[in-house]
Amino acid sequence: MTQTLRPPRGLWRRVSDLFYLHPGLLLFLLLVPPMLWMGIIYLGSLFNLLLYSFYSINGFTGQLEYRFTLDTFKTLLTTPANTDIVIRTVLMALAVTLACGLIAFPIAFYMAFYTRGNTRTLWYMLVLLPLWSSYLVRVYAGRLILAQEGVVSWFFAQLHLSWLLDAILKTPVLGGPSLASSYFGMFVVFTYIWLPYMILPLLASLERVPKSLIQASADLGARPGQTFRRVIWPLAVPGVAAGSIFTFSLTLGDYIIPQVVGQPGFFIGQMVYIQQGTAGNIPLAAAFSVVPIVVITLYLLLVRRLGAFDAL
Amino acid sequence: MKAKPSLALRIAAIAGIAFLHFPLLIILLYAFTTEDRTYQFPPPGLTLKWFGVAFARQDMWAALGLSLRVALVATAVALVLGTMVAGAMYRFNFLGKDVVTLSLILPIALPGILTGIALLTTINRLGLEPSFWTIVIGHATFCMVTVYNNVVARFRRLTPSQIEASMDLGADGFQTFRYVILPGIATALLAGGMLAFALSFDEVIVTTFTAGQDKTLPIWFLSELFKPRERPVTNVVAIFVTAVTFVPILLAQRLTQSGEELHGGGKTT
Amino acid sequence: MQTAVQLINLTCIFGNVRAVDRVNLEVYSGEFFSMLGPSGSGKTTCLRLIGGFEAPSSGQIVLFGQDASRLPPYARDVNTVFQDYALFPHMSVLDNVAYALMVRGVPRAERHRRAGEMLELVKLSGMEHRRPSQLSGGQRQRVALARALINQPRLLLLDEPLGALDLKLREEMQIELKALQRSLGITFIYVTHDQGEALSMSDRVAVFNHGQIEQLDTPKGLYEHPQTEFVARFVGSANILEGRLIGLGEGRFALRPERVRLVAGSEPGAHRLVGRLLDVHYLGSQTRYEVQVEGGRITALAPSQEEILPAGSVVTLSWDATSLRPLADGIPARPEASV
Repeated sequence: MTQTLRPPRGLWRRVSDLFYLHPGLLLFLLLVPPMLWMGIIYLGSLFNLLLYSFYSINGFTGQLEYRFTLDTFKTLLTTPANTDIVIRTVLMALAVTLACGLIAFPIAFYMAFYTRGNTRTLWYMLVLLPLWSSYLVRVYAGRLILAQEGVVSWFFAQLHLSWLLDAILKTPVLGGPSLASSYFGMFVVFTYIWLPYMILPLLASLERVPKSLIQASADLGARPGQTFRRVIWPLAVPGVAAGSIFTFSLTLGDYIIPQVVGQPGFFIGQMVYIQQGTAGNIPLAAAFSVVPIVVITLYLLLVRRLGAFDAL
Repeated sequence: MKAKPSLALRIAAIAGIAFLHFPLLIILLYAFTTEDRTYQFPPPGLTLKWFGVAFARQDMWAALGLSLRVALVATAVALVLGTMVAGAMYRFNFLGKDVVTLSLILPIALPGILTGIALLTTINRLGLEPSFWTIVIGHATFCMVTVYNNVVARFRRLTPSQIEASMDLGADGFQTFRYVILPGIATALLAGGMLAFALSFDEVIVTTFTAGQDKTLPIWFLSELFKPRERPVTNVVAIFVTAVTFVPILLAQRLTQSGEELHGGGKTT
Repeated sequence: MQTAVQLINLTCIFGNVRAVDRVNLEVYSGEFFSMLGPSGSGKTTCLRLIGGFEAPSSGQIVLFGQDASRLPPYARDVNTVFQDYALFPHMSVLDNVAYALMVRGVPRAERHRRAGEMLELVKLSGMEHRRPSQLSGGQRQRVALARALINQPRLLLLDEPLGALDLKLREEMQIELKALQRSLGITFIYVTHDQGEALSMSDRVAVFNHGQIEQLDTPKGLYEHPQTEFVARFVGSANILEGRLIGLGEGRFALRPERVRLVAGSEPGAHRLVGRLLDVHYLGSQTRYEVQVEGGRITALAPSQEEILPAGSVVTLSWDATSLRPLADGIPARPEASV
């Protein structure tokens, strides 16, 4: 009686039989549409961008010449203004990465070793919410509190520390007319925006430190400082490295923050934006956008030695 | 480890979290200020009028409408494509699996500006006009990665024997998908979809390049930042945007319970 | 006797591992058939091939006279109880059991009635609306059984179904499973690495090693007449003697410990060995003696006596010539199978 009851699923069942006999066909059908999308639209575009960086703008006619040349890269690397931009951006990315690491460590450490259950979930959400909330709103918030007559200035005034703020603003290079238009202010906003990207991988790697290991280290007579240096830090390094990939790469490519908060001095992202837009020099924009790829690749090679990819 | 953290550690941790949240509170406060040209602190007075002003702005509504439509379509595309890759990666071992993984990491590993300018140069080269669909294409690309991350994490928790048991009991591949696999990954799909939606709704870096003359809400917002008048309107919209993105994120967190799948989850700008 | 399953030169290769290697086998209708072997011996892969979860690299699977080698699982009149039970976590117990009927389009009332009956059969009435996560291991096992039986398959495959249960529950379930198999008259193919389980429940047992069958026999035949050293050691325990034996010729022989007699003192002779008692393990009704003899060790198992010989004593071991079982060479380990 079991055999007789089979609903009329003829076509579906035949297709299903086909997939059973030829699993490769199912794989092919599953993989082809998304991979076509990724391959053609995304990777294809990246490749096209790369091609453009080997084209150039004719100096006389201002027309784009579709001919292979290294001129654009030569312009990029030999113009002092351009190399300044690259150096400035890389330095900023390094500074932001360092600051994120310093601020993130106590948070991740506290979460990993001193929170449990609901408290842990609450802390987790407190880190996650800024990560997922609107990037633009957060950039705006940064500019808003750093404004000349804004919250930060007010606090400094209340604490009778206005002289300190003025001293920071008068510092050559770092300072500016106000925090909202200075490299220092930009640095604060970058750090504020990318901080969660450092906390999460760091937390993930600290969570993997077995509590028993720390106990064992203490039992063996290690002072807290020694336990930290010998036991916790080596295990946290991959997390720090993974987080730094995010903070470094994100700072390197950003063009909104330098535009909203900051000095007239350009950053790589802004150059890409301006060159393709108002300047209309797409080859130079493309060449500039190759710079982050190269720098990030170098950076990845460097941090791979620290085991960052295990913590991603 | 000691049972209680040192005071210094506790202060450092709390100060760090405060640093992450304080600016958003200030945004809220400034939505009520009576001063509309500077960011004077403390605000000279408080008023509710900016909410009315903001809601009367037609251009804001138009931008919001465009953003919602883009996010819906991009999320739908991403759900289908992302789930397909996740299924393939879960079910099969094949040559070139690493290449697929790499191509899915790239959109989050490389700065968003690269995706943006790459798409723009390609759009120009092909002689296309930036439009609704070019925005959607850009968004769907990184939303797909978010959906993929969520769904593939859930797939890994689905034991293969459940699928085998279903086939063993007489269900063909399609019935197994409908009755066993789909219920198993449903919440991950929902969570991934919501995160993708929030991501698309908020995206500005890629959109700047692919939008042409169209204004999504973030682009509208960005242009407002450089206007000297009616500044509190920007704050009202900022609160609104924050609320709209928070809801799906909190729901997604609920759906994945621990929220571990949300980790970064493809959220880079 | 009617044949339920016939495997002809069945081979399954994963990468460079021959998980199942040219297996030929017939399982009769109504039989309780066990596949016994250590992990990696190919027994589970063989079961999965019969269920349709793996595709054979070559060879044939004939189910009830029909070639089923290329049939998907849903088209085979075979059901499976999985090692991890594979219950659907998002469905109630009742819906789990009724699943096979649901996908065949049986109306809801009808399928719930029959699922209820199956639950009664496995003594789980009253649990219909629970989720699998709310059940104990033993209860989940019963749900898996009810779910696999609801279609009244002619062949039930069981993949180490009792592996996750504790000892007492396992023994109870062994008795129940055997009784169930008898009353339903369904052919059971039972995969296990537990020789006691295989011996106590089965009509016949196939001992797997390196993807092949070392020996196929009744439980008594396997134990009393092991044909290879592997089988002798894997099914029960055995002393392996090697050399020239009076009246039996040259070769290797298996000798079960309980067939060895042990007396104090030195009394050499034919089919006797003198040695020194190394260790004595008191097991309750029986006592196990480890004896060092020239060229090796011998284990003897004897009913416990009031007086137990102390370790270090000189003892003489003896046995009947008929207790020695000549052994053939087993299946050699192939290098590619050792992964």
